[in-house]
Amino acid sequence: MLAIKLAFKNLLGAGLRTWLNVTVLSFAFVLMIFYNGMIDGWNRQSRKDTQAWETGEGQFWQPEYDRYDPYTIQDSHGAMSEEIQSEIAKKNLVPVLIAQATAYPQGRMQGVTLKGIDPDQTILKLPTKALSKTNDSDYAMIGKRMATSLKMDVGDRLLIRWRDKNGTFDAREIEIISVFKCDVPSVDKGQIFLRLEVLQEMMGMENEATLLVAGENFKHRDFKNWVFRDQDFLLADMDKIIQAKKAGGTIIQALLLIIALIAIFDTQVLSIFRRQKEIGTYIALGLTRSQLVGIFTVEGGAHSILAALLGAVYGIPLFLWINKVGISMNYTQGMDIDLPIGEAIYPYYSLQLITISIILVVISATIVSYLPARKISKMKPTDALRGKLQ
Amino acid sequence: MEEKIISIEKLVKRFPVGKTEFVALNNLSASFVRGEFAGLVGPSGSGKTTLLNIIGSLDTPSEGEVHVLDKSISLLSHKQSAKLRNRHIGFIFQTYNLLPVYTVYENVEFALLLQKLSGPERKKAVMDALEWVGLTDKIKSKPSMLSGGECQRVAIARSMVKRPEIVLADEPTANLDSKNSHHILQTMKKLNRELKTTFIFATHDEKVMQYLDRIISLEDGKVVKDELIKNSKNQ
Repeated sequence: MLAIKLAFKNLLGAGLRTWLNVTVLSFAFVLMIFYNGMIDGWNRQSRKDTQAWETGEGQFWQPEYDRYDPYTIQDSHGAMSEEIQSEIAKKNLVPVLIAQATAYPQGRMQGVTLKGIDPDQTILKLPTKALSKTNDSDYAMIGKRMATSLKMDVGDRLLIRWRDKNGTFDAREIEIISVFKCDVPSVDKGQIFLRLEVLQEMMGMENEATLLVAGENFKHRDFKNWVFRDQDFLLADMDKIIQAKKAGGTIIQALLLIIALIAIFDTQVLSIFRRQKEIGTYIALGLTRSQLVGIFTVEGGAHSILAALLGAVYGIPLFLWINKVGISMNYTQGMDIDLPIGEAIYPYYSLQLITISIILVVISATIVSYLPARKISKMKPTDALRGKLQ
Repeated sequence: MEEKIISIEKLVKRFPVGKTEFVALNNLSASFVRGEFAGLVGPSGSGKTTLLNIIGSLDTPSEGEVHVLDKSISLLSHKQSAKLRNRHIGFIFQTYNLLPVYTVYENVEFALLLQKLSGPERKKAVMDALEWVGLTDKIKSKPSMLSGGECQRVAIARSMVKRPEIVLADEPTANLDSKNSHHILQTMKKLNRELKTTFIFATHDEKVMQYLDRIISLEDGKVVKDELIKNSKNQ
């Protein structure tokens, strides 16, 4: 308690030098929390969007289906039992049939994935209602990325060719009835959405689907010949990418923190050199060497407490404002980014993030303060009193 | 019978100077009794400050024995030395050595912070000490706002606030003018009389010598004269 009281007194008494160090350290604090908050916010947003647009509350897959292996798609289809049909009717499941095809936009050739989906589904955010506007089987909808890739727009016609379940090639010209905007690239890139029954008819796979997306009200149970994939499985790759981005940002944060810690280290070394007489006086007054090391260590470590307070003074209003307006990501529109990314990211500052950041900075500052403070224990009191040490 | 509180037997203190050694104290013996107002006088390098430092357990003897309040200075651990200084010995320095970021009150209080006194007890002790030196009106001032004389009076209050048995004063008037020096010395003499505190000075200031009851003259680390003064000022 004495060490803390004395340390803060000395620290505040040191004036400008303290505030310069504290300011640099507070930048490290704020940047660290901001960057991690941004990544966490992005992560939450990405998970939420992917869930809303693609994964739902989990999916039942055909056993052979592997979303990263196009060769598995041809054989990944199965009949939907009455039990499944009943859940679909209650809007608890939405079936999706997936097929490989080739598109020929303006004479070019491009591999695409056809997805058949129920136009009346309400589980996914996909605006499938557009497909229910007409019973004409020629209509399809695509996302903005796909539209850009195909150089097509609403009303354009596109030739597609596919192989049905018997391996027979067939082709058809379809009209783009809707181009939707979606923040989740995996829903949009290379994909053409058709009515489920249209694709089933094209493939010769009546009453079949590749996967079933579960909705909020679905009470989990297993279906024969279908494998359930939960959220953790479906979002695992996205989590890995975000973690990798977080690790990259850690380098910048670490550099800033190191600069701030070097400033504290430098101050402590200088302080111990400049304040020899004071140290000698403390010894003469009866402080033990370990108490003195404690005072100087706490004094250095206290920089981080002041930095946290200063950071809070300008950081909290700044974070609140950023949370209100978001960080615009408009510049990423049209970029080929594999992660879901909205027009704006809203950082998320968890108590855990703030606590970990504070603990990390306080411990680091205390360690760099302790290292020079150890020198005090080797000082001769008489030399210290005379300010004789070099 | 007078109580002996410091005894020094055949004290030798050597300091390394390059590859040789400088002998600061050479086979010095002396003793002090409770309530003495004594001074170590002599030219620079005669060993005055070295002797004060050893008595104050800030340094240790190279040879010989120094007992302070029945404790052998050579045998004390760092912690025991610190405790001895904190409880029983007060220091007054030529350059005051006040802690610049603390107020007058806090500087005086500091000496008590290591002792387990309650807040009110501490406050009373600090105010008493400041009253002895006549600085109760400056408790909120920082040392930078005080004159040299006032700083030294704060240093005296700081050394006396814990009511130590011994106060060691190293050239306490060297930075003060004549008026302030007399004021300081009168204050210390008064405390010596009222509290029976032993004061030992290291000085070559004539003004200080006028107040001493005993003068020990040192030369080349040896006692060359040890005399009691019968008619010192304010006796």
